[in-house]
Parts: sequence; structure tokens; C-alpha cells
Amino acid sequence: MKGKHVLRDNVLLGLGLALMIAALYMVFVYVPTEKHTGIVQRIFYFHVPLAWSSFLAFFVTFIFSILYLWKRATKWDTIAHASAEVGVVFTTLVLITGPIWAKPVWGVWWTWDARLTTSLVLWLTYIAYLLVRSYVTEPARGARFGAVIGIVGFIDVPIVFLTVNLWRTQHPTTIIFEGGLTTPMLMTLLVCVAAFTVLYVLLTIQSANLKSVEADIKQLKSTQAE
Amino acid sequence: MENLGYLLAAYTVIWAVIFGYVLFMQRKQRGLQRQIKRLQESVYKSEIDDK
Repeated sequence: MKGKHVLRDNVLLGLGLALMIAALYMVFVYVPTEKHTGIVQRIFYFHVPLAWSSFLAFFVTFIFSILYLWKRATKWDTIAHASAEVGVVFTTLVLITGPIWAKPVWGVWWTWDARLTTSLVLWLTYIAYLLVRSYVTEPARGARFGAVIGIVGFIDVPIVFLTVNLWRTQHPTTIIFEGGLTTPMLMTLLVCVAAFTVLYVLLTIQSANLKSVEADIKQLKSTQAE
Repeated sequence: MENLGYLLAAYTVIWAVIFGYVLFMQRKQRGLQRQIKRLQESVYKSEIDDK
């Protein structure tokens, strides 16, 4: 079983590395520079996959939180917790790369428009999730509270996604689905999305493994103390 | 090459944060390995004491 996991992790690592090298080559060499906003538009190829991966991470947290509340199995909570942690890392990067891209294009680092504000709310929600998990000392209680935040907090994900279509915002609309990208741009974006999806899976597996070992050690210590 | 600084800043931050997170997990793993070693030692010691 352990050998199987090592093989899976090595395959994922190799795949992720190959995809990331291909992604960097495509972003900096292959894809042509966008006419209107220039070279800074290349931030888009990592900014969007980071946002996609964070949505995926919070969706996984949502599903595994439901499973935890239903079955009360610790393994589901461990996956939900690990996925939320990686989701927060990726959302943090979305919130940093967005303003870096916005400054030369919009002339401001930040504006309180619907997409940006709901993204910030999403980040704060999952920061709250992680804080609750770290402050509640009783594991089962922490898992229960976390699961509730993981389920309720996910409501913001479709809102973030739909803001650009529901309200007039400064943020670009979902041009990917409207044929607004040329073939090289779309190919580059898809490779970057694949690279970040594999990176998300890898980081979540590692984080879940650590959390599982941490819980086992806590259990052993309390048994030993008794 | 206008705004090249913004592009470099964005990609530097992305890799810095990802590497930072990987390092954080690596440190956590080392800490857990130390705790496992201590637990093994205490179990071994209590087994000797029992004998």
C-alpha cells in the first residue's frame, strides 16, 4: 500500500514538473504578447489557473466536509482541512497577483468592485476556517465547526465566479468561454491550468499526510498519558 | 518591455509563496519525525522498565 502511494506521488511529481516547465516555456517564449495591455498580460496565465485551483480546493473542502458530517470519519475531515489550507495559499496568490496586474492596466492597485470584494471575502472565510481549526483544541469539535464553515463558505465560490456577469465590474469578463482568446493563448492557459491542478493535488496529498500523522501522534501521546 | 517589473514581481511572488509553503510543510514533517522518535524512545524505555 505504501509503495503504491510512493509510486503515485512520484508520478504526480514528475507530471507536475513537466507541466510546470512547459507552462513557463509557453508563458515566456511561445505565447505572443497581447496587443492592448502588453507584456503584463502574461500574469493572466498564472493568475487564472491559481483562481481555478483555489475554487477546486474549496469545492473539495465542501464535498469532504459534507462527507465528514455524514459519516464522522476523520479521514474525510483531514482531506477537507488540507484542501482548505492549499486553497488559502492559492487565493492569497490570486489576491497578490491581481493588484500587480491591475496597477499598470487600471492605474490603481485595488478597487472595491464586485469580483475583487467577493474574492477577498472568500479568502477571509477560509482564513476563519483555518483559525477555527487551530484554536479549537478538541479535534472532533474543531472538525465539526470547520465542516460547517467549509460548507457555508463555499456559497461564495459561485458568487465570485458569476460577479463579472451579474454586475458591471472593472474586472475582465470570462473571455475564455466567449472565444476571446487566440489558439496559442488558450493552449498556454490550458497547460497552466493543468500544471496548477497537479500542483494542487500534490500539495493537498502532502498536507493531508502530515495532518494524519500529527493526529496519530496526538492520539498516541494522550494514550500514553493515561 | 514596458511594465516588465510588474510581470517579474508577480512571478517572483508566486514562486516565493509556493516555496515558502513547501518549506513550512518540510519543517512540520521534521518536527513530527522528532516527536515520533521521542515516542519510540519512551515506549522502548517503558518496555525495559517492565522487564
